[in-house]
Amino acid sequence: MYSEVVMDHFKNPRNVGEMKDADGVGEVGNPVCGDMMNIYIKVKDDRIEDIKFLTFGCGAAIAVSSMLTEMAKGKTIEDARKITNKSVAEALEGLPKNKLHCSNLGADALQLAIKDYEDKKAGKVKAPPKVEDKHEHTKGDACRCPYCDTDLGEAMEFCSNCGKDLGKEIFK
Amino acid sequence: MNTINLDYISANPLLPEVQDAMIEAIKKNHGNPSSPHQLGEQATEVLEQAREKAARLINCASPQELVFTSSGTESINHAIKGIALAKAGKGKHIITSNIEHNAVLKSLRRLMKMDYRVTSVSVNEYGLVNPDDIAKAVTDETILVTIMHGNNEIGTIQPIKEIARITRKKDILFHSDAVASVGVMPVDVQDLGVDLLSLSSNQFNGPSGVGGLYIRRGVSPLPLIDGGAQEDGRRAGTENLIGIIGMGVAADIAFRERESRVEHARKLKERLIRGLKESIEDIIINGHPEFSLPNLVSVSIRYIEGESIVLMLDEKNIAVSTRSACASGALRASHVLLSIGREYADAQGTLVISFGRDTKESEIDRFLEVLREAVEFLRNMSPLYKKAKVI
Repeated sequence: MYSEVVMDHFKNPRNVGEMKDADGVGEVGNPVCGDMMNIYIKVKDDRIEDIKFLTFGCGAAIAVSSMLTEMAKGKTIEDARKITNKSVAEALEGLPKNKLHCSNLGADALQLAIKDYEDKKAGKVKAPPKVEDKHEHTKGDACRCPYCDTDLGEAMEFCSNCGKDLGKEIFK
Repeated sequence: MNTINLDYISANPLLPEVQDAMIEAIKKNHGNPSSPHQLGEQATEVLEQAREKAARLINCASPQELVFTSSGTESINHAIKGIALAKAGKGKHIITSNIEHNAVLKSLRRLMKMDYRVTSVSVNEYGLVNPDDIAKAVTDETILVTIMHGNNEIGTIQPIKEIARITRKKDILFHSDAVASVGVMPVDVQDLGVDLLSLSSNQFNGPSGVGGLYIRRGVSPLPLIDGGAQEDGRRAGTENLIGIIGMGVAADIAFRERESRVEHARKLKERLIRGLKESIEDIIINGHPEFSLPNLVSVSIRYIEGESIVLMLDEKNIAVSTRSACASGALRASHVLLSIGREYADAQGTLVISFGRDTKESEIDRFLEVLREAVEFLRNMSPLYKKAKVI
């Protein structure tokens, strides 16, 4: 199913871990659709001096995170901006088609980490962490691909915000 | 190194006796049971011998109550759509539960597009249907109740006898999908009181590509496949004789071993659950603690995702199944796990460990050892785990 490069990065993931004193943090994904990625960067002289990741997800998601950190490490911010989800997938010698949807979010997380770093540098106050607010549970579609807007299957009876099951009697 | 197969629910290995019988059958070049000449008559004899064995496994009143099909899925489709079409004059309402197999769910969804109405009753946290809910859902239009016997994802066994009492009293037909339980534990159609019951050969170490549908005498679902007069006109198409022969041998052995298999599986299950609880924290054992398939354990391992666990185990030559959305073609978490109240993230980290008559205790122990390492490795990189463990 996976290429040898993917399996190598899955089995021997590079740059795993949390960074307490990160200059920028990027978080993407949610467990409803399957994957979550956190990217932490340390920047010195406009260069990504160190990078770490934490990922909840399938083999592809872990390999994507690992590959992304290798690609970004040592790059200038300007060059790191050019890393895309597509280029990460290419460096992994391809991902199975269905994994291109949910798991290939690494570059998005990196771009958010860079933005977080720049916001901090510009003196912008980071928005407080999202509070688990009481929201209306609304029935949503199953996961939609963020890139090609493909609907990944029939609508499910769960809340599109938090994943809570609403389908007590699914046929009614 | 041999692979440790703890994914029997996906594929049972064929017993050597089954392999031998099928190879012999291939070499023999059986005729067509429908032919009137000697070759045909010999084939009919072999076919009916297999039917007797398969029928005895579920205690049919007569072997003719068992129809051979191509799979458990076909049996389920035949039972549900066949009864729906045959009884449409009486009504178009069917009752089911929220944790049925896709073969049931999708058959019903298809019927809904043809103006049938379906009520699906919910289950409790153990995945149990409450028979009272079925009784309450019955209307004058109700023609069929379909509730599975053993659940293939969490193992829970439904109170089929109690439900059958209700359907009999109200003169409604009752089908049970027993694909995951027949051959794993004793299943007696007369004792259960069902009108139709689906089974699959591979779940008791027979070949895949063969299944059976029990149709109680006097019950007449409309055939799904029209053509010749095979299977007493209930399922056309020249019989898959080689597969059916294999199923017959497998059924015969399953019948003889019906008690020892349960005992063996129960011991392994206890060992496995105890081992899981002792070696890994933050896990949830899914399904009913008592009313459950003896050969299957469903465990949600919090903070990590199932496909990555399966890949880690596969590296060490251990095969298990996951109910993670990421590993399914549908890319969504299991409706069964959501129905019993599992959170999305926990459903993602759910493994189904299933075993059989030849599974050894040492294989369970090895699995536990490797799983523990895999869980530690994956939790170390999980943002959910780090978040949960920060005080």
